[in-house]
Amino acid sequence: MFAYYFQLGVRSLRRNPVLTALMIMAIGFGVAASMTTYSVFRATSNNPIPQRSSVLFAPQIDNWGPEDNDKGEPPSAMTYTDAMALMRAHKAQRQTALYPIAISVVPDDANMLPIMENSYAWYGDAFSMFDVPFLYGSGWTSAEDDAHAAVTVISRALNEKLFHGANSVGRALNIDGHSYRITGVIDTWNPQPLFFDPVNTSGFDDPTQVFIPFTRAIDLKLPTAGNNNCNKDAGDGYEAWLRSECIWIQYWAELPQSTAVASYKDFLAGYAAEQQRAGRFRWAPNVRLNDVMKWMDVQKVVPPESKISLLVSLGFLLICLVNTVGLLLAKFMKRSSEIGVRRALGASRREIYAQFLIESATVGLAGGLLGLILTGVGMLGIGLVFEPQIARLAHLDVKLIALTLLVAIMATVMAAFYPTWRAAQVQPAWQLKSN
Amino acid sequence: MLQIKPILVALKRHKAGTILIALQIALTLAIVCNALFIIQQRVTRLQRPTGLQESDLLTIQSRFVGVADDGVAPLIRSDVLALRQVTGVEDAYATNSYPLRGGGWSTGARLNPDAKKPTAQTTQYFVDEHALATMGAKLIAGRNFNAGEIVVADPKSLKTPPQAIVTKALAEKLYPKESALGKPFYLGDDKTPATIIGIVERLQVPWSGTWTDNFNDNAVLLPVQLTSNFTVYLIRAKPGQLADITKSVPAALFKNNRMRVITGERGIRTFATVREQAYKSDRGMAILMGVVCLVLLAITAAGIVGLTSFWVGQRRKQIGVRRALGATKRDILSYFLTENLLIGIVGVVIGAGLAIGMNLWLVSHFEMARLSLVYVLAGVVLLLLLGQGAVLAPAMRASRVSPIEATRSV
Repeated sequence: MFAYYFQLGVRSLRRNPVLTALMIMAIGFGVAASMTTYSVFRATSNNPIPQRSSVLFAPQIDNWGPEDNDKGEPPSAMTYTDAMALMRAHKAQRQTALYPIAISVVPDDANMLPIMENSYAWYGDAFSMFDVPFLYGSGWTSAEDDAHAAVTVISRALNEKLFHGANSVGRALNIDGHSYRITGVIDTWNPQPLFFDPVNTSGFDDPTQVFIPFTRAIDLKLPTAGNNNCNKDAGDGYEAWLRSECIWIQYWAELPQSTAVASYKDFLAGYAAEQQRAGRFRWAPNVRLNDVMKWMDVQKVVPPESKISLLVSLGFLLICLVNTVGLLLAKFMKRSSEIGVRRALGASRREIYAQFLIESATVGLAGGLLGLILTGVGMLGIGLVFEPQIARLAHLDVKLIALTLLVAIMATVMAAFYPTWRAAQVQPAWQLKSN
Repeated sequence: MLQIKPILVALKRHKAGTILIALQIALTLAIVCNALFIIQQRVTRLQRPTGLQESDLLTIQSRFVGVADDGVAPLIRSDVLALRQVTGVEDAYATNSYPLRGGGWSTGARLNPDAKKPTAQTTQYFVDEHALATMGAKLIAGRNFNAGEIVVADPKSLKTPPQAIVTKALAEKLYPKESALGKPFYLGDDKTPATIIGIVERLQVPWSGTWTDNFNDNAVLLPVQLTSNFTVYLIRAKPGQLADITKSVPAALFKNNRMRVITGERGIRTFATVREQAYKSDRGMAILMGVVCLVLLAITAAGIVGLTSFWVGQRRKQIGVRRALGATKRDILSYFLTENLLIGIVGVVIGAGLAIGMNLWLVSHFEMARLSLVYVLAGVVLLLLLGQGAVLAPAMRASRVSPIEATRSV
């Protein structure tokens, strides 16, 4: 029966070509708009490190107090003083402080110009905390962190550029005129959103190419290449800046058990209380501890453009469906006499339901196919609204294709419930008499 | 208009269709009003003037490699002198930032150095005496810096210099009642004041985001040569020479000093590109909302055409009877137009409520401005006209129904 009704459905598409075309267009546009915007929303609200997002935590300590903090929320980055106190306390299984740095790699090849790439200074623990995949070698050790060693980890892309893809572990790399020993080459690694530093990147940036030890970067007096926010004058020189209340460091702690999370939170509160007793903080401890996804949320990684356009397109889809309900109603009621004849000849209401719902699903399928084409067009237009780093994350994959068709069919069938109910209510006797 | 009563009776007969059209009009109005409002806000933002003469401007970001900050000053000096020698270059200077660049310095400006809250928020541009000419900024009072006033300073131990040029907007914030020229003010936490020696008509801040809306035109120019590895050069080309110098200037910089990096996507940009990139998402959002509006209106119109056509088809016999009883074509036409207008009015009344509700929700969640009622009114008129336009074709068809239809069965 299904095949027969489906056939009837396909045939009826041709019967009222204008009404049918209107419906297919409405569904197509509605679905395409919501799927295009959904693809951006999906990309920006993606979990970049699903296997570890619940064990990585970003602590915050309020060193600015109620006068300067953001409506009671602690600043989103940390001072050098606090980050170092947390590193020294070593209360998490693994931990790292990190900040973006501006450095240039000077190729040995005298014909090549210096190269500047996205770079970070962090601790050796970070590689395992963030599940960074290695092509050759590995990250540096804690001993090398402590020794402020001149070691570095570079990306596969940079390794291609400088060493033509050969295993460069152990070789020397000239960074800003200083020689570093390469301990590892990471494989392609570009988590999006860029969860470990949403504050400086807004969540989206090109892959990081060079990593050096945090301790070494401080020795070299490297300033941050990201945001540096001060609530009062930092004073003169690098040392004064390190001692200041300026915030510029991201901090991550790995806390695998919920007990560890609770005790780390206690530790943070204890630390803040200690600072209050020492007279540095003139307010009660105000600390936060958020895991990766919560931190993405707090940092508003999903751009407002993405949310607003998703909402507007959902409204758009709703209007298209209201439209479809009206058109289906017209289409079905035009066939009152046909329904009357079928009912008089013994068709049950159930069968009328089945026939018309399947017919609507056919319309939905056609709308979905049009929607798919329009979604493809929409993908090309995403670059108009969003930054290139975000735009290239949105793409039409199998999942989205399936979802587009599914939403189109489901939405149309739902829209068809009322018109179908009306069709099934047709009184056979009435229709036959009026003929 | 005398037909209203019979229309209302007839509408009761096909409640579902009536409700659907009214609902569609209401929802469309809600979205179109808000979309038009978003478009207007974004377009206003991207038309804001920067205060620069934007044609013939080139920007370059460069970083020296392997040089400590304290060794950078002579290198920058030599770069600037080399830039001014390039054929086709009118003028050039080194700075930390420029309008719409996307990154820069901001601080509070105070009249009283001990005040907790700054009098105004402002951006700081560190420049030399060539800056005004290069930017094409208009000095409306006072004087420019002279070469002797430019000091060299490390960003980490910067002191407020004795002279400053401010924008008119900032001058009026600091000294609303009197001329700010020759008066002191304090920057950040510094206890030494700067004296306002000049006022420029306008200079925008480096950022284009909404968070700068309350200090968009507040800028301070300071006679300081910052010694930072990162330096931004702003270069004015002689008229018509922009394309040429876009190629020759980087070459000249590398010739002057090879140990440098011209940094990434923002490395070399004409100001046209700077503006385009700064307002990309604003322009994109306006285009997106425009497309949404057009398609939405088209779909709503199509829906009205479809349903009215169906009604006309259903009522051919009644129309025929009315025609036979003496109704003119005009009467039939106005019947359907009035019917549609009544449904439309119900729709826009509900829609106006929805539009305001939706805006309030957006305001509370996305820091958007309150919807002005003008947009709701414009939307109401637009949708009523659209409804009347959409119903015209089927209504004309109805009016052409011949009285003979009365004698036919179905």
